[in-house]
Amino acid sequence: MNDHEHDHHHGAHEPHTPNEDDDVQLTEHEAKFLALKSMLIEKGIITAAEINAQLQLNEKKTPHQAAKMIARAWRNAEFHARMLADPKAAARELGIEVTEAKLVALENTEQLHNMVVCTLCSCYPRSLLGEPPAFYVSKAYRSRAVREPRKVLGEFGVQLPDDVEVRVHDSNADLRYFVVPVRPARAEVLSEDELAALISRDALVGCGVVEAAIGRKLPAL
Amino acid sequence: MSSPDPLFRVGQAVRILDLGKPGHVRTPTYVRNKIGLVERCCGKFDNPEERAYRRRGNLVYLYRVRLRQPDLWPGYDQHTADTLDVEIYEHWLAAEPRDS
Repeated sequence: MNDHEHDHHHGAHEPHTPNEDDDVQLTEHEAKFLALKSMLIEKGIITAAEINAQLQLNEKKTPHQAAKMIARAWRNAEFHARMLADPKAAARELGIEVTEAKLVALENTEQLHNMVVCTLCSCYPRSLLGEPPAFYVSKAYRSRAVREPRKVLGEFGVQLPDDVEVRVHDSNADLRYFVVPVRPARAEVLSEDELAALISRDALVGCGVVEAAIGRKLPAL
Repeated sequence: MSSPDPLFRVGQAVRILDLGKPGHVRTPTYVRNKIGLVERCCGKFDNPEERAYRRRGNLVYLYRVRLRQPDLWPGYDQHTADTLDVEIYEHWLAAEPRDS
């Protein structure tokens, strides 16, 4: 930004960074984050290129990786057992490299609905699911998911019968979680790709269900 | 702070302590002084309270503790079977007599 014409006033302003919005007042934490980032770069501890490379790597990961793994499990009982026992190893079988220390698969059943939140920050299995959705990092979700999970689920359109236990998992320390939705009826007549397409990003943290599993019509055979 | 074997076993009743410790602690306020059951021992991990300050410290056992939602929130709705699992490092736990 050295030689282009300015038609607006910058004042004593740091160079633009790609993540900074000019039209939004920074919160204290955002300002601290940007200050820390510039200091780390200035001191040569990390380069801007390294930060961007990691961001791009994170953004390449998508929830489809987990959907593919679950779809495989729905059609293959042995793989299903391996995925529940050691999801990192199961992911590796499909060429998905999970870099988080420990990964736990939380399987929903007709009697149990699992839901994931990190109340302390935004812990999320990024190497498996990519970047978390905006709601997952919001203070509203982080505080309400533990306190009134059924109300929060209702806002996502998930109405659970009274006899289903809701189990909230606070991802507050070293483990990372993903939810395995209830296997839809007639899963055996669908292909892995068709099954994977039924699994939404939100269902993978328990804020959705696989609709075919609660009575919606499956694609025509 | 670190024990050679886990101090608590699966299914054991434990109280989550309120150590009142400042800094990078990972025990959420809302579970402190609450009683739950050990769901699993997750193995040993770096103590985040040391690691955040670039000190190695000892590896500490991490547990998942299962709590009943009505024990956490007075007036929780009628779904008394609802539960919450949270990860707690060993030094934040104390054995709780079953009859309390």
